[in-house]
Amino acid sequence: MSILVKNLTKIYGSQKAVNDISFEVGKGEIVGFLGPNGAGKSTTMKIATSYVPPTEGQVMVGGYDVVSHSIDVKRITGYLPEHNPLYLDMYVHEYLRFIGRLYGLRGRALKNRVEDMVMLCGLTLEQNKKIETLSKGYRQRVGLAQALIHDPDVLILDEPTSGLDPNQLIEIRKLIKDISTNKTVVFSTHIMQEVSALCDRVIVINQGEIVADDQLSNLMKGQQHETVVIVEFEGNVSLQHLRALTGVKSVEVVGNSQFKIMAHAGVDLRPEIFRFAADNKLSLIGLKQEENSLENIFRELTSMQGA
Amino acid sequence: MIQVAVKEFRSFLNSLIAYIVIGVFLTSLGLLMWVFPETSVMEYGFADMDTLFSLGPYVLIFLIPAITMRSFAEEEKSGTMELLLTKPLTDWDIILGKFLASFLLVLFALLPTLIYYFSIHALGNPAGNVDTPGVIGSYIGLALLSGVFCSVGMVASSITSNQIVAFIVAAFLCFLLFTGFESIATLNIWSANALLIKQLGILYHYDALSKGLIDSRDVVYFLCVGAFMLMATKTVLSARSW
Repeated sequence: MSILVKNLTKIYGSQKAVNDISFEVGKGEIVGFLGPNGAGKSTTMKIATSYVPPTEGQVMVGGYDVVSHSIDVKRITGYLPEHNPLYLDMYVHEYLRFIGRLYGLRGRALKNRVEDMVMLCGLTLEQNKKIETLSKGYRQRVGLAQALIHDPDVLILDEPTSGLDPNQLIEIRKLIKDISTNKTVVFSTHIMQEVSALCDRVIVINQGEIVADDQLSNLMKGQQHETVVIVEFEGNVSLQHLRALTGVKSVEVVGNSQFKIMAHAGVDLRPEIFRFAADNKLSLIGLKQEENSLENIFRELTSMQGA
Repeated sequence: MIQVAVKEFRSFLNSLIAYIVIGVFLTSLGLLMWVFPETSVMEYGFADMDTLFSLGPYVLIFLIPAITMRSFAEEEKSGTMELLLTKPLTDWDIILGKFLASFLLVLFALLPTLIYYFSIHALGNPAGNVDTPGVIGSYIGLALLSGVFCSVGMVASSITSNQIVAFIVAAFLCFLLFTGFESIATLNIWSANALLIKQLGILYHYDALSKGLIDSRDVVYFLCVGAFMLMATKTVLSARSW
């Protein structure tokens, strides 16, 4: 087990940031850590990198306890903190060499490793620049490069894609996906698409408590209460006729000849509606099944007010 | 520890800090020692380096806090402290690394003043009539004093994320340690314990070393104050876990 969190509680002053959470992340797994701002994602990550100690409970990373064996934990972990702090007055190469040396890399090995990281993170053109002159996306890559320089078993990334433009977003995601093949990766985000783009398993945390820990596909299924179809006809259609269709639970008028038809989960209404239109010689100009969106799941999971 | 020290020292050299510190230190001491009539060796008429050793500490009271003020305050402010503390380093690696870098920079600033010794050596009548053991003792005293000032700077920088606060606190503490106790001892209220209070300050021990007599008690005093300050820094750093 790469990461083991057992009954972890963290209290800042009088505020409970994390409340009795437990989860495990297996070797080679990628897990998305999802939650609204202030849910306790960063706190959990800071504890797992032994930056702050837990108030109660136990966290083991790679078999080492974060309190009693913090140096061992730090050695096998690569960490990209939130807001990606960097020494702005250093050059990219200089910075990566410095971080590499902190992890005990020397000489030839260090040189090779820095070159590999520059290549892997797409920094070739920027490698001789000062970090302060780099754009946000490139700084993020430098942050990732420093987290990866010692080829860590466990990678902890705190909001690795926040504040990036859409192109950079896709590039950084691809980068994370590429490097995650043989590593345990835990990353936090508050964007659902990120999780679906990167991994299968997701841990949703809200107000310091885990509200879901499952495969994303299960989560989508589990949260689906009904299927919704939006139809638009040309001309008038009576509500009664639509309600009489088999499988329909309820019908709502959305606009002029536009209806929102709800059915029980798993029922596909579209063939039925199409036949109905054909039988009544109606022109069907719109027929769309609404996906139970990731945002909806997220909202549903995190709006439950914890006791 | 070495890696942190090397990185810190490089950032001194890459920024203007190192050159300004060394430049200002040497310029001000050079002027005091050779040009300004009130303190100049030329006017004074005796071939000794007292000017350097008596005024040097006052220059250092301002210069050393300027070097050390950024060491923790800036890391705290820019968030790089989190970066450093999640690397496989102990708190001591970080503290000693930063301390050594600052200390080394001050020693580099002191180094060129050795030329003064040779100038004065030549100016003596007859030539070479200089109190060499006194000079050696004074240099050891000045180096130890710089070390203590650097360690004071570490504490001051670790308690705040504001560099200006760090500077002022460090300068005040250095001043207090250097002459403060001496002045306090002159107050009438505790005249019975005046000597004891004097001995708490740096000046007493610094003067003793300047005489060329390396008393282990004085050296131990400097080492203890330095160690105490570094330990205080360590305590402040670990306080994040409370």
